Amino acid sequence: MSAAAMIEMRKVNKWFGSFHVLKDIDLKIGQGEKYVVCGPSGSGKSTMIRLINRLEAHQSGEVIVDGIELGDDLRKIEAIRREVGMVFQSFNLFPHLTVLENLTLAPIWVRNTPGKEAEELAMSLLERVRIPEQAAKYPGQLSGGQQQRVAIARALCMRPRIMLFDEPTSALDPEMIKEVLDVMVELATEGMTMIVVTHEMGFARTVADRVVFMDQGEIVESAPPGEFFSAPRTERARLFLSQILGH
Amino acid sequence: MGTDPIFRTAGSIPDWARANLFSSWPNALLTIGIVYVLWQALPSLVNWAFIEAVWHAPDSKACRAASGGGACWAFVAEKHRFILFGTYPFDQHWRPALACIVLVALWSVSALRAFWKWWLALVWTGGLAVIALLMWGGAFGLPYVENERWGGLILTLLLTSFGLAFAFPLAILLALARRSTMPALQGLAVGFIELVRGVPLISLLFMASVMLPLFLPAGVTIDKLLRAQIALILFAAAYLAEVVRGGLQAIPAGQYEAADALGFSYWRKTLLVVLPQALRVSIPPLVNSFIAFFKDTSLVLIIGLFDLLSTIKVSLTEPAWTGFGVEAYLFASLIYFAFCYSMSRYSQNLERGLAKAEEGRRR
Repeated sequence: MSAAAMIEMRKVNKWFGSFHVLKDIDLKIGQGEKYVVCGPSGSGKSTMIRLINRLEAHQSGEVIVDGIELGDDLRKIEAIRREVGMVFQSFNLFPHLTVLENLTLAPIWVRNTPGKEAEELAMSLLERVRIPEQAAKYPGQLSGGQQQRVAIARALCMRPRIMLFDEPTSALDPEMIKEVLDVMVELATEGMTMIVVTHEMGFARTVADRVVFMDQGEIVESAPPGEFFSAPRTERARLFLSQILGH
Repeated sequence: MGTDPIFRTAGSIPDWARANLFSSWPNALLTIGIVYVLWQALPSLVNWAFIEAVWHAPDSKACRAASGGGACWAFVAEKHRFILFGTYPFDQHWRPALACIVLVALWSVSALRAFWKWWLALVWTGGLAVIALLMWGGAFGLPYVENERWGGLILTLLLTSFGLAFAFPLAILLALARRSTMPALQGLAVGFIELVRGVPLISLLFMASVMLPLFLPAGVTIDKLLRAQIALILFAAAYLAEVVRGGLQAIPAGQYEAADALGFSYWRKTLLVVLPQALRVSIPPLVNSFIAFFKDTSLVLIIGLFDLLSTIKVSLTEPAWTGFGVEAYLFASLIYFAFCYSMSRYSQNLERGLAKAEEGRRR
């Protein structure tokens, strides 16, 4: 394992009301590592990665991102959010802005990047996700796959050190999944620290350093993909794998 | 509106009539009934308003004598300056007239989507400064006119415009506060909105004009017009706040999360991501509230301000011209209708335009 931990969780617990969503989560992710998180729905995977940029708050334990412990301090939270990019299942692009404006909004208003520079950065990222020709359109005019690539570019515009993906391909038609995964694979080969909640096991096999399997709010298994897929240690993981790979 | 679905277009007039007016027995009966009522009412109305109406007369007696029971428009012709401008010095009437034009121009400019930019606020500031200069004077060779003498249409327009100009930002703040996670802020907003919405506007105006001075320390006086204006602003803000809140609720949580995840602070998120979308959604109900507020300002007559409706009332009390209430109030109705109808048409166009743009965004 390389260098110091970028993300560390120690004995993290979270409840929604009386429902115990996350139970004693321990996790340590080094710089440049790629983690794939999988598990049945309701297992707490999304909630767990949403702790990392404090879209959700944990109630006990410690979440440390890039050396900063997350608490109620708003300035710390905003500092972390500038370093952590996030891609959502439902894209969440800003519908009242063009693609280019979606990309430049945060650099201009959060990072105080000059407008022209922000636009150049945005265009170079749109080229990277292979849709520079859509810059002037509104999100609603794009296909789902294109929207998700814009969303990835929007997150990258902030030059994050960590990227979180919350089921980025679950809302996409099958023929569009590949174009999004290709962009993500490319990003992974460039050394980005990534945590990806997904059921795309092909992606996990090729990209992940480690696969984390969650069930009922617990991390049940954490292993390199080869090990996890060929020899899952728990019955729950075996069942899950047979369900999603079975057909 | 040729696109209305209730009017099916057909080739010839009989076909059209059969399709639209006599498509069923109840429909046919309704058509005949309406034609009968119009047959009865229209001729005498036209007769009263136009054919037998008197347009010029030196006084009411001559007017009554000249008309065989028709309308006496000579009254409106005689009194229109007072009705429109109240007790403003007669030789200076061009000033409120120009102020009216500036105000209407400001609203018209704000109505065009090409002008929905941040500098619209500057245009308004400049425009309102020009209006203040025109109305008060006291500079550039314009004689000073104290605001006790302002009245008529310009007062109605000013109360509405200043009312909305201040109530709207206040309403946005109230709506945001009401959705805030800070209990004290939320409580204040809820308390204010419910309190103001819970009492009639008349009682607010009475409070502002009669009770407020009692609470002020001796020697401190606030102008009556200003007090009424403040009451109107608070009243409008409470209603508009609920409209804006409705718009805010229409914004999906994902938009907030995306903005949060990008590191936006609360105000940046609100101004750049949330409000532009929320206000767009709330345009139709906002315009509806604007129209209601425009007419509500006429209630200031009960505390002795001379808005359009009060000047009409006063003009009717002159002994020489008593008894022409119908003509006078019809005149007022026409003015109110012209303003309200254009607002309503505008909001319909806006909705259609935004719907089209929205469609464009959805491919």
